[in-house]
Parts: sequence; C-alpha cells; structure tokens
Amino acid sequence: MTATLLSIRGLTKAYPGVVANDSVSFDIQQGEVHALLGENGAGKSTLVKMIYGLVKPDSGTMTWRGAEFAPPEPRAARASGVAMVFQHFSLFDALNVAENVALGMENPPPMRDLAAQIRSVSENYGLPLDPDRIVGDLSAGERQRVEIIRCLLQDPKLLIMDEPTSVLTPQEVEILFRTLNKLKSEGTAILYISHKLEEIRTLCDHATILRLGKNVGTCIPSETTAREMAELMVGDTLHTPTRTATEDGAPVLRINDLSLSSANPFGTRLKNISFTVHAGEILGIGGVAGNGQDELLAALSGEATSDTNTITVNDAPVGHLGPNERRALGILAAPEERLGHAAAPDMSLTENALLTGALRQKLTKNGFVNWNATRAFAERIIKAFDVRTPGPDTAARALSGGNLQKFVIGREVLQNPKVLVVNQPTWGVDAAAAASIRQALLDLAATGAAIVVISQDLDELMEIADHFGALNEGRMSEIHPALGLTIDEIGLMMGGADETEGAAA
Amino acid sequence: MDLSAINPVLLVASLMVAATPLLLAAIGELVVERSGVLNLGVEGMMITGAIAGFAISVETGSPYVGILAAAIAGAGLSFLFAFLTQFALANQVASGLALTLFGLGLSALMGQGYVGIRPPEMARLDIPVLSDLPVIGPILFSHDPVLYLGLALTAGVWGFLKFTRGGLILRAVGENHDAAHALGYSVIRVRVLAILFGGACAGVGGAYISLIRVPQWTEGMTAGIGWIALALVVFASWKPWRALLGAYLFGGINVLQLNLQAAGVAIPVEYLAMSPYLITILVLVIMSADKSGAPASLGRSFHASQ
Amino acid sequence: MIILEKRPEPSRLLSISTPVFAVIVTMIAGGLLFAALGKNPVEAIRTIFWDPLFGEYAFYYRPQLLVKGAPLVLIAIGLSLGFRAGIWNIGAEGQYIMGAICGAAAGLAFYPSESILIFPLMVIAGALGGWAWAMIPALLKVRFGTNEILVSLMLVYVAEQLLASMSLGLLKNPQGFGFPGSRNIAEWNAANSWIAQDYGMHWGVVAALIAVIMAYVLLNRHILGFNIRLTGEARRAARFAGVNPTRLILFCLGTSGMLAGLAGLFEVSGPSGQVSIDFNVGYGFTAIIVAFLGRLHPVGILLAGLLMALTYIGGDIAESQMGLPSSAIQVFQGMLLFFLLALDLLTNFRVKFASKGTA
Repeated sequence: MTATLLSIRGLTKAYPGVVANDSVSFDIQQGEVHALLGENGAGKSTLVKMIYGLVKPDSGTMTWRGAEFAPPEPRAARASGVAMVFQHFSLFDALNVAENVALGMENPPPMRDLAAQIRSVSENYGLPLDPDRIVGDLSAGERQRVEIIRCLLQDPKLLIMDEPTSVLTPQEVEILFRTLNKLKSEGTAILYISHKLEEIRTLCDHATILRLGKNVGTCIPSETTAREMAELMVGDTLHTPTRTATEDGAPVLRINDLSLSSANPFGTRLKNISFTVHAGEILGIGGVAGNGQDELLAALSGEATSDTNTITVNDAPVGHLGPNERRALGILAAPEERLGHAAAPDMSLTENALLTGALRQKLTKNGFVNWNATRAFAERIIKAFDVRTPGPDTAARALSGGNLQKFVIGREVLQNPKVLVVNQPTWGVDAAAAASIRQALLDLAATGAAIVVISQDLDELMEIADHFGALNEGRMSEIHPALGLTIDEIGLMMGGADETEGAAA
Repeated sequence: MDLSAINPVLLVASLMVAATPLLLAAIGELVVERSGVLNLGVEGMMITGAIAGFAISVETGSPYVGILAAAIAGAGLSFLFAFLTQFALANQVASGLALTLFGLGLSALMGQGYVGIRPPEMARLDIPVLSDLPVIGPILFSHDPVLYLGLALTAGVWGFLKFTRGGLILRAVGENHDAAHALGYSVIRVRVLAILFGGACAGVGGAYISLIRVPQWTEGMTAGIGWIALALVVFASWKPWRALLGAYLFGGINVLQLNLQAAGVAIPVEYLAMSPYLITILVLVIMSADKSGAPASLGRSFHASQ
Repeated sequence: MIILEKRPEPSRLLSISTPVFAVIVTMIAGGLLFAALGKNPVEAIRTIFWDPLFGEYAFYYRPQLLVKGAPLVLIAIGLSLGFRAGIWNIGAEGQYIMGAICGAAAGLAFYPSESILIFPLMVIAGALGGWAWAMIPALLKVRFGTNEILVSLMLVYVAEQLLASMSLGLLKNPQGFGFPGSRNIAEWNAANSWIAQDYGMHWGVVAALIAVIMAYVLLNRHILGFNIRLTGEARRAARFAGVNPTRLILFCLGTSGMLAGLAGLFEVSGPSGQVSIDFNVGYGFTAIIVAFLGRLHPVGILLAGLLMALTYIGGDIAESQMGLPSSAIQVFQGMLLFFLLALDLLTNFRVKFASKGTA
C-alpha cells in the first residue's frame, strides 16, 4: 500500500515583479512517478528548488512522511532523502566523473571505493559510465547519467528530475524510462518535471499542472488526453502557425564538406557537413544539445571562418568572410543565448539594434552613428514584433525572455535576409511568443528567404520545417523531407545511425 | 670580472632564500585562483606584510611574532579585497589594483620610523652532524624555519587540493560556481577563506624579505615580487609543485644576476637588474599557449540570484 | 539579514553620484587616518582640498592643478578605453617613461638647434615610444594570448631600469659635471613644452583637453567606441556583431600607450625638465584611480584628474606645513578607489533589509 511521502500545502514564493508560486498544494506518494507539468515560466523550477532547499518559501508548509519539512539548504534535503537531477549547471567540466559524484554526496567514501560503487550502480541500472573520465569530454546523455548516478548512490526516497529528456535522443529516453521504472518498483518516488505531454502520459502515475505559478489541476495522465492536458497547461487555445505552400526555389545556401574545430575546449568539432537550402525553404536541424549546434551557427554567421568554398550563397563563396561581410551579402543569424550573445544585457534596445543592424540599415556614416535612425529602427522592431517594453531606451536584460527573443528575431527578419540562421528560436519563451516567432519565420520563408532553424524542440521543427536533418557529434545526418518522418526515423538520425543506411534525401 | 668569486654551494643556498618569498606568495595566490578568484593585490599584501612583520619584530624583539603579525596583516588587507569582490561584487581586477596601490601607501606610512634599523635575527636551523655536512649541509639543513614552512605549505596545499574533500570543494567552486551553489556549497564562504589564506601567505612572503632576505626596511622593497608571483601561478599551470619549481627558477635567476653584478660582469647593472622581469615575460609567453589548468570561473563574480 | 537584489537596469543617477559619495566618505576616513597620525583632521582636509584653490597662496597653486592634472587626465583617458573593453593596461607608468626617454632623445640628438621642427619631432617620438612599449603586451596578447596585465606591469620595471641607464649613460648631460640626468630641456627654447609657465599652461594641458573631447566623440558617436563598449559588456555579442578582437586590442593598448607616452614627453620637456632617475612619480598608477573615479567617462575623468591633482598639491602643502607624511596621501588615494568600488554596488543592486534569510 502506498503512503504519502511529501505533502505540499499552500507554497508561495514571490520575486520582484513576479509571483513564481502562488499557494501550490499537492501530494507525492511513495513509489509513484509524479509529473509536474507546465510551460516555461510556470514556476516548476522554483517549486522544486524549494523542495531541494535552494530557495525558501515565503509561506506554506511541506510535510515529509508526516513530519514538518523545511530544508534550510540542499544538504538537509539530501539528508532527508531528496535527490535532484538538474537541467543545467551542476557538473564540473574539468573534474572527473567520480569527483563530480563525490561533490553531490554528503559523506562520500574514499575515491577508490566510490569508483567501484559507480561502476556497479551504473551497470545495475543500465547506465554505463567510466568513473575516471573527465566530465567535459562526455556527451550530453552521459553527463546526465553522472547526475543520475550521483543521486542513486544516496539511495533517495524522492528523485527530482528537471526536464531530463531535453538532452536525450528518443532511444536514450527509452533507456532512461526503463531506469526510472526500475527505481519506482524499488519504492522510490520520482517528481518528473516536463512540458512534454506524451512522455508524461507514458511514464507518470499522477500529474500536477502549473500555470503562472498556480496549481490549475491534477490528473491521471494515462486517463487524460494530451489535448486536455495542453489546455490546462496553456489556458487558452493557441494560434497555430499557418503557412502558404511554396514551391522550392533555386538553391541559395550551400555547405560543402565543412569541417571546423570549436573555439571552446569542450566544444564539438564539425565534421564533413554538407547541405543545401533553397529559396523559400526552411531546413530544420535537430539533435541533442552539445552536438555542434553552437558551432554550426558560428560557422554560418561568420563568427568562425572556414575555407572559402565550404560555404556559398547564390554561388558566391563566403566561408572566409566575417559576420559583417556576410551581413552585407544578406546572411543573417540569431544565436541561441539571448543575453550576452545575441544581445548585450546592459545596453539599451536602441544600442542592441545597432549591434547587427549598423550595416544593412545604414545606421552609420563614415563610422559615425546616426542615433536617431538607430532608435527608429529599434522602434520599428518593437512595433512590428509586439515587443512588450516601456521603450527603446530600456536595457535588454530588463525584458522577459519571450520579449527579448521577439526583439532579437525581429531585428534580423526586418533586415530582409536572403539567408537566416536561427538557433533555438523559442527556447524558454512563452507559448504565445513562440507561436508569433514561428509565424514570422514562416512568413519570411514565404518571401523567398532560405532559412535554417536549429532547434532541440522536435515538435517545433515538425511544425515549420520543410526538410529535416540532425546533428550528432558534429556530423550531419542525411536530409529528409520533414513530412512523413516517424519518431523512430528521427531518433535514428539524432543518434547518428542513419548514415549507414545511405538513404537519399 | 671574477666569476670564481661565485661559490656554487652558497649560490644554491641563497637561491632557496631568494625563492622563498616568491614561493609563499605564489602558493597563496594559487589557492585563491583555484577557488576562482583573481587577486591582483599580491604586491600590496606582501609589502604590508613586510612592514608589519618588520615593525612587530622590532617592537617585540621576536621575529616569530613578527611573521605571525605579517600573516595577520596580509590576511587583514585581503579581507578588504574579499569584502569588495565577494560582498560588494566589485570588479576583481580593479579591486586587486586598489589593494596594491593602497598597500604600497599604507606600508610607506607605517614604515616611517623603521628605516635604517636592523631587525632581530631569526635563528637558523642547526642540526648537529647534518648541518655540518659538506655541500648538503648548507643547502638542505641550515636555513631559517620560514623557508621550511614554505616547502611544507607547498606539500600541504598539494595534498589538500588532491586528497581532501575541502580541496575538492575548493576546486569545484573555482570550476563552476553556479553548479557548486546548486549543490548547496557556499561559494562566498569558500572564496573568502581562500582569499584570507592567500593574504596570509603573501604577508609572510613579504616579511621574509624584510626580516630574513635583506634584512631591513625600505619603501617599495618588494619591487614587483608580488607581480612575479602572479606570473608564477600561470607558469605553474595552477599546480603547487610546479610553483615550487618556478620559484626556484626565478630565485636562481635573481641570485645569479646579483652575483654577476657583484662580480663586475661587463653587462651594465641596469640590464642585469631588468632580467628577472624580462624572463617573467618570456615565461608568460611560453606558458600562455596552455590554459588548460586555469579554473573555469577565474575572475568571474558570483551572485546567487533566485 | 541584508539582501542584494539586482536592478533590472543600472541606476544612472547613482552611477553619477557614487564618485561624489566616495570622495566624501574618503574625506571622513582620511580625517580619521590623519587624526590617528596626530594631525588635526579638519585642518588637514582643509589644507589639502581648500588651500590650494582658495587659500592665501592659491595664485601659486592653481597653475599646479593644470601641471599635475594634465598627465593624469591624458593617461587615464587612454586607460579608460581599454578598461571599458576589458583590456587591462596597467603599465602606463612604463609607457610614460618610454615616451619621455624617446621624446627627449629625439630632441637632444639635435641639441642645440633652435629649429621649430624640434618640438613636433619630440612629440612624435614620445607618442611612438609610449605606443611601441604598449604594443609589446598588445602583440603578445594577440599572438600568444599572454596576459596583458602582467606583461605591461613587468615592463614598468624594465622601463625604470632603462630610465636609470639612460640618465647615467646615453642621455647624461655632457656638461653636467658627472651628475646623473640629461640636459635641461625646459630651458631649451625649441624643445620645451611650456605655453605659459606662469599659468601652468603647457602643451600637455592642450593635449589632455583634446583627448577628452575626442574620447567623448569616439565613445558616444562612433561605431568604434560602440564596439569598445560592446566588447566590455558582452564579449560574445561583440564577436557576433563583427568586432575584430585583435584590432580592438591593438587599438586600445596602442592608444593608451601613445597617450601615456605623450604625457611623459610633455612632462620631461616642461614641468620636470630633464630625464633623471627619479623622473617618474607614479602618474601612470594614479591614473588608474582617476579612470575608475571618472567612471571611465571622458568628462568624469577630467574632473577626477583635477581632484587627484588637488590631492597631490594639497598633500605637498600638508607635508610642508603640518608634517603630514607624503605616503598618507598615497593611502588616501588608495582608500578613494576602495570606497568607490564598494559604493558601486548600489548602482547595480538594491540593498534590502529582510527579517528572514534566503538561500
């Protein structure tokens, strides 16, 4: 018989300007997989940080096996039996696997014993891992294993997993689910955070749905349709992107056997990448994070230069050109990281408009900046893309993720690119903003631009891409028409297995 | 020119003495940088330690109390840096420079009454038989205790970083402070402690110059040794034993150029005197190709938001 | 429990007012320091900050403000460009020395010619000397990724040795009765930098003002200045915007070296008058404080440079009249930078007092 492991009552946490959690209540039973479902920004992360002792609630109570539970720091939470697998930020690249595991444990055994334990646990749960390897050299899936094993070694009663599948191929997801089911059968409760409905329907016993910090419903996922859950999660019906069918135009962007080392010591080397994008086409590039996405964007934007002929646009070689020379030819890009890469956080929107717009918008003359014209350009972006901000003098970091992303994408779209490359265009963006960004990309394609969308959101790619390819360890899979691809085929492409098939695109 | 006046045994022995202030400061800074903090105030902390150690030794008559005072003075000054960078989140480069400028002024102010005085001497190790051995005796067994402290610290820091949990946590904080915070480690506490340790080491290193190496007090007497110690950490790829090697190398160069000056080599004194700095630059250039040992969070401010 | 909360945007008002607060707090702390030294703190502060401007002998001290302020502003303007981009030239003292040596040498080579070309030649040589000395760390950084902080600093000590060598050797006054130091350039009409010595006006003052104006235009109106700011704010964004980091490093270090070299040349051919062993008095380091105190902003630097010049002059007066040690002023200047950095916190963060702690 199951018993309540953790009971949460009226948990509230406010940050300046936003209530992250507003009186959230629910129970987690022993030995169940409990889903915490919600959009980006719904308050899932804050909630689990409170359970893990990283954040203190403003009000509300938690009860752990009938006793009051208010961990002042993660150490206390771990001592009670709470373990957490983080989405980001919890591994140390330069340290080895065993050291990383030791750092997450209260009283780690001596290193040699620990290495033996890691080996045995990793075999036991089907997660092979070498304790002596440097974590920076591991793939995203292997890195996650480090985190999971770190948790398992502490024999947790409650395992929190924050978006664990966002870094996995479909095949790796299957392995993970087997591990989680095994844990469940051993009596461990799992709090599973995700916004992927199908996953939750296969894996979870109960689901709690958060919207804007509030608990808006609890359901049994296996008895609820994905549509019903989506409506609870989003709150209203979404505008789905529409597109006008276009014939493929002439080839615009060609990549010919591009190989390039990464600027980052723990980055991925691009290996023999070739593909072509036609006018009016959207090429979707999927793949698990860290398989060369950043490097590919840098190679296309001109931040990393390559041999002259490896990249051509309308038959003009551009591989050796820097970002501004490429902009002059109409090749524009929007990187993944908004703050610090696509935009300078402490600079105003006007200044950020100048950042990529100087050349094509003719905002400078003899090097002198025309601030009036720049401001007008920023205002044009704000208006056309419905960026919610007091005005163009606002600092970029003061904008919400969705609004800043609209600004970043809008800045490039309004410059009439011939080729546009975007990486994770809707990452961490609310659903409404995501929909409008996707629509903007579709509209741009309709005008005859060639677009490359790099994304880890497969649903997004299936929605807007004409063709689909996947990056795996810096290699590009065959490119297939997006229509009619099955999830298995996509999985194989992401896993790097389809090269051997020799299937023609 | 009389090169035969240079006695190789004494040369090696004095090399070890010349290397000790560098070693102490570099080992301290190495720990600080391993925790992810760049403290450019080493020169300021050394010179403050030099005068604090000197003054207290003269006043108390005990060089040991002086060395302790130097450690406290260095740590005290480094606390200012810790406050600025860890609590007020000020830029580390600017704060380190401020520390050096402030320390140079402060030491000159404190040292006004101590110019031209001889400090009490620190007894050298004198082990019967061992110290009297030819060659080995003067090189290994007849130094002052602080020199051995420097060697012990090197071994201690190496062992601490490699084998202890504290060392692992320190390295983790320096590698990725966000991750360390997420796992529940207090980034600020670890870094403040590292900074204080670095300050104490630099202070003792400074006092070694004013109490043992020279021994007297003159304004600005550290003459860039603190900066060379910073370069030494880069040279050492953030590894303690290589810091020892580097310190002896630099100590050797310095002693050699002083001996050459004394021996009246045909090279002008000024050019010999600038050689340690030029060699430091050369070493930095050679070592800068390999940055693999550098802690990934080095120099970045940490603020736990949300 | 005190909590820091990051402001969504840095406060512009506080950004301007923190230097003023810092000066006030430093005056208070400095007063305590002077009191601890057994001096009347109010009198000391008045002697340092009031007497040079409005005291009985102000007519004598006011021109000194220009003489001491010009090199500080000139050097600090150059440093601020690099500091904004995260390029740390802290060896301005060395570049200052090299500018003086090269400029003086170029002029003295033609001694005692009275050609009007002598001074312009010296100016060019001084600028090139400082520029070349700064290009050493710049090129090493660009080519090998060597840390420019340490290299530029090491080169200060090298420059000091060169200075000693020059004043004892190559540039020694042949008619100087064996005393170290070069011929007196200030007394040589074709070569001295004075415009109106009684008013403290020399070409360095003119150069400093031009530098302030050009830096202002560069940073606020020109894309190069924008790129400098962008690089300092977000390095990756700058790369994305197409900024060439190599060129930026060469430009920032080269410019700051050139300005420091000019400062040295104007000093050696005017106020100081000759190349001598103790020619440099630390302007290159004090200029770092000036740059930060001026918020790395050209107008701010102008004001900060004048303030810092005031502490030099006032410190001299306090030394001769009250016996205040000259190093006390150095401590005072150091404290100023400390307090500025500490108070800077308020610009970017809101300080809140909370009853409950947070993780």
